[in-house]
Amino acid sequence: MSSQRENIIQRAVKEVEDGTIVNLGIGMPTMIANYIPADKDIFLHSENGLLGIGPYPEEEDVDADLINAGKETVTVKQGGSFFDNAESFAMIRGGHIDLAILGGMEVSGQGDLANWMIPGKMVKGMGGAMDIVQGAKKVVIIMTHTNKEGESKIRTECALPLTGEKVVSRLITDMAVFDFTPSGMVLKEVLNGADVKTVEQYTEASFTIDEALIDREGKQ
Amino acid sequence: MTKVQTSFEESVARIQDGATLIVGGFGLCGIPEKAIQALAEKGTKNLTVVSNNCGVNDWGLGLLLENKQINKMVASYVGENKIFEEQYLNGELEVELVPQGTLAERIRAGGAGIPGFYTPTGVGTPIAEGKEHKVIGGRQCILEEAIQGDAALVKAWKGDAYGNLIYRKTARNFNPLAAAAGKFTIAEVEELVDVGELDPDFIHTPSLYVQHLLVGTSYEKRIERKTVQQA
Repeated sequence: MSSQRENIIQRAVKEVEDGTIVNLGIGMPTMIANYIPADKDIFLHSENGLLGIGPYPEEEDVDADLINAGKETVTVKQGGSFFDNAESFAMIRGGHIDLAILGGMEVSGQGDLANWMIPGKMVKGMGGAMDIVQGAKKVVIIMTHTNKEGESKIRTECALPLTGEKVVSRLITDMAVFDFTPSGMVLKEVLNGADVKTVEQYTEASFTIDEALIDREGKQ
Repeated sequence: MTKVQTSFEESVARIQDGATLIVGGFGLCGIPEKAIQALAEKGTKNLTVVSNNCGVNDWGLGLLLENKQINKMVASYVGENKIFEEQYLNGELEVELVPQGTLAERIRAGGAGIPGFYTPTGVGTPIAEGKEHKVIGGRQCILEEAIQGDAALVKAWKGDAYGNLIYRKTARNFNPLAAAAGKFTIAEVEELVDVGELDPDFIHTPSLYVQHLLVGTSYEKRIERKTVQQA
């Protein structure tokens, strides 16, 4: 794993609070599970119909009937449960999931999210992402701050088709943490040696800077 | 009133060309592999298939794609299948992408006799285009319509002659929803047990949803992504 991704995951795992129900998206978010401290009592929800994802199985315990939403073989933790897909999304839409951590392609300054299609490329489908961003109590997006060309993925308006409008609560990148509030996007933290100036340089959307961050940065 | 049948070939022959077919499974987990194989052999054409995914190139619903038996696919995620991509790009296959929770609820509603429902899922996205919008409880929603199938294919773990079914672990997924939403539901099971053996408290699909029940043998249960503990 690149250090960039490692850094994002290390920061994202701090969002996971003891005693909560958490849904992790496919890809980089799934890896967060490996970093959750063992003393935290967390139930991971998998939208294919499992509450309480356990670790990957030992070779002899691999079970084709027990997979996560990424179609990987998993185990079930003690106290876990199985259910059908309608029930699974009733949990999501009904507001029973405390936190969802998903990947992103673009996020706008208003907290719009695009993470499911690139026009002109083969469209694979949105899976459960559109339901999850509308239903989870808190939606945290993790993504690299810029694309391969070095352009900002945090846009004034998303250019890609949306997954949801104004659905992002918090955005974590390799450089910064932003919150989305009724008055706009707020820079909460700078990460991994970046400073406010660098973040401004690589962020297309406009944002304000959290008072506590100004105090911290000012002292440096 | 036994629903037990012995020939997959005869059961799937009840499905007409042009039928709408709801198929259980999530990826390759919990798919009705025997009925799909029989349908591929039968060659029933112009199907509209409603299923979360569309199998892989040489397995599951991918077998029906390979035979060009599917005209339209209604699914939430179809990224695992190259043939799908080809047929879609050259216009042979119509595709309706539906958010997974909306897909599950549309099938559930179909089985439950609810014509449609409002949901915030998809508002502000391409999914909402052309759909009725309505603000409910201060929240913008769109109208989504129920899905019913002329037939449904489902896979369960155990069943009895009346058609009571129980599923195993995450192989449940869309199967109970499909069973209820199909006008003619063909259920295949790994094990047929005596009537009375299944505890009524633990039946997932009550018998009345099932029309034909067949026992499959030597299930392959292919795994898409085998992940194990790092040594």
